[in-house]
Amino acid sequence: MSRFPLNRIINTQTVALAGVLLLNWILFPGFFKIEWQDGRLFGSLIDVLNRGAPVAILAGGMTGVIATKGVDLSVGAVMAVAGAVAATMVDAGHSTAAAVAGALAAGLLCGIWNGVLVALLDIQPIIATLVLMVAGRGIAQLITEGSIVTFSDPALIYIGTGSFLGLPMPVVIAFLLMLLATLAVRRTAIGLFIEAVGVNRSAATLAGIRSRLLLIVVYSLCGLCAAIAGIIVAAYIHGADANNAGLWLELDAILAAVIGGTSLLGGRFSIPMAVVGALIIQAMNTGILVSGYPPEFNLVVKAGIITLILMIQSPFATMVLAWFGRGEKRSLRCTAACARSWQQSPSSSSPMRRPSCSFRRCFPRVSWAIS
Amino acid sequence: MQFPALLSTRVLGNFLTDNAFLGITAVGMTFVIISGGIDLSVGAVIGFTGVLVAVLISSVGMHPLAAFAIALAIAALFGAAMGLAIHYLQVPAFIVTLAGMFLARGGASVITQDSVPINHEFYSYLTSLAIRMPGGGKLSFIGMLMVLVFLVGAVLAHRTRFGSYVYALGGNATSASLMGVPVVRTTVTIYMLSSVLACLAGLVFSLYTSAGYPLAAVGVELDAIGAVVIGGTLLTGGYGFVFGSFVGVMLLGLVQTYIIFDGTLSSWWTKIVIGFLLFLFIVLQRLVFAASTRADRSPGGA
Repeated sequence: MSRFPLNRIINTQTVALAGVLLLNWILFPGFFKIEWQDGRLFGSLIDVLNRGAPVAILAGGMTGVIATKGVDLSVGAVMAVAGAVAATMVDAGHSTAAAVAGALAAGLLCGIWNGVLVALLDIQPIIATLVLMVAGRGIAQLITEGSIVTFSDPALIYIGTGSFLGLPMPVVIAFLLMLLATLAVRRTAIGLFIEAVGVNRSAATLAGIRSRLLLIVVYSLCGLCAAIAGIIVAAYIHGADANNAGLWLELDAILAAVIGGTSLLGGRFSIPMAVVGALIIQAMNTGILVSGYPPEFNLVVKAGIITLILMIQSPFATMVLAWFGRGEKRSLRCTAACARSWQQSPSSSSPMRRPSCSFRRCFPRVSWAIS
Repeated sequence: MQFPALLSTRVLGNFLTDNAFLGITAVGMTFVIISGGIDLSVGAVIGFTGVLVAVLISSVGMHPLAAFAIALAIAALFGAAMGLAIHYLQVPAFIVTLAGMFLARGGASVITQDSVPINHEFYSYLTSLAIRMPGGGKLSFIGMLMVLVFLVGAVLAHRTRFGSYVYALGGNATSASLMGVPVVRTTVTIYMLSSVLACLAGLVFSLYTSAGYPLAAVGVELDAIGAVVIGGTLLTGGYGFVFGSFVGVMLLGLVQTYIIFDGTLSSWWTKIVIGFLLFLFIVLQRLVFAASTRADRSPGGA
């Protein structure tokens, strides 16, 4: 046990999760009480895991996308599509397995669409996925014909509300997916490829990585994760709500990934920490609910937490820390001085004539404002 | 067009009134996107403004003009804070404005959970203010305000020093700062402008509905971004027109009006058509820019 990687378990995210849970415990003393009833576990802690599972699954897929310097805004809409497909197929008399397979295929298809837009057409990820985010909900409503489709298929409902070894089914699914994804990215070279594409796509392509294929695969896996989350949410409420299923969950998923230390600039990611991030968000939600505060405070608290995390992770904080280190101080001061000298006489000094600065060529209309 | 009545001044007047708040938001969004950023908080700012103004007028008993001034001041501070955070924390605008969206939406919900009606003679005066057009159409105050904001926005973007700074920042932030563009001031001003215009849109929205509701205008930020993109502004920054956003807003409004006129199409077709339009314009942009950059730049931008 001496080689147990303790420093990999204890980090900012897990400490934050422990902090939020402790705060919940102070506000609501019964928070850590877990009971065994009817062959399954009950308690606030289990509730956090259970309700956090869909966002955790989304965050897993989202982390992969963000690591390639992208973002997928469509996951909420894809959830709605997957839920709608599963519900209508079950109601039309198909078997549960067929309905789940259909929903997963729909999610995969959405993911491939996003991937093709990003990888083959070179469209910015935010915009490429915005298309499906807007249209996806319309498609979901088209499938359900505008109404909320309810179902009573026991096998499908089991996915959302059943339990396995005492744990709720969504938690089991989320945990298995997390394990699978982590093994895939950390025990094979895929993780390295993803990071390489995220840092510099051209360089990765030149180094022999098939970046287009990789991007399409990453986006389709994100769509698949969204479909799984969509099935769980639909099964949980015994129906598919095309308008509200997964509404704004894409933002929660992105937030979870960012809280988990994944850089939005690509190239640095951790799937387990993104799941921890999703649990932090859910622990905050549950904490506010069980401690009796009005749920409206939820968003304000969320905003506060994001700001705090951003400040901790920002280069500014690193710079402040580096200020105390002697070595960095010199180089910082030097950079500042260089920048200042350029600012004072922009037209006479070198940057204008540097080959890397195509400013005047690209923006002839701006040059009059400066010279 | 299969509906001749669509071209009457009555429809046109209502058209401007109905899309006024979206149009005003889109002007601010255009500046943000040209500078290479994005502002997800505008919808929440609209909701917050509506609630704040409604509570100040109905519960506190303030004159609408005073309430407007307070709301605009708060929005300006809010936008400035976001701009400062984006610059000094060096975080993507996406995340900062996401936090701003949560804050504004949460703030609105903390003020009140209900829809607060506004009954004030100044409000009914502003709503009734309109120019009669031939053919029975009315050009309302808020419709005119939108057109005015677009004109001012166009002048600001294309004819002033600030506008050039915005384009420079979106083209290449590093070169811009090396060339003496005041990056901090410009960034802060851009996000202030976006929040203030969103606040103005919130005021227009509250005039339009005569009420404030914390969940009003959910998702308007996406409509605004969509309108700006359809209007030909590049999300990478550095290229775009304010007038293009006007066309984008009108196109989005047209889709809605057409579906209402048709009557047989269900409302969800709106979303699908808007999504399809977005896709079409993005691909078109992509092709045009691929063709034009191939001419003067070596390949390798993949």
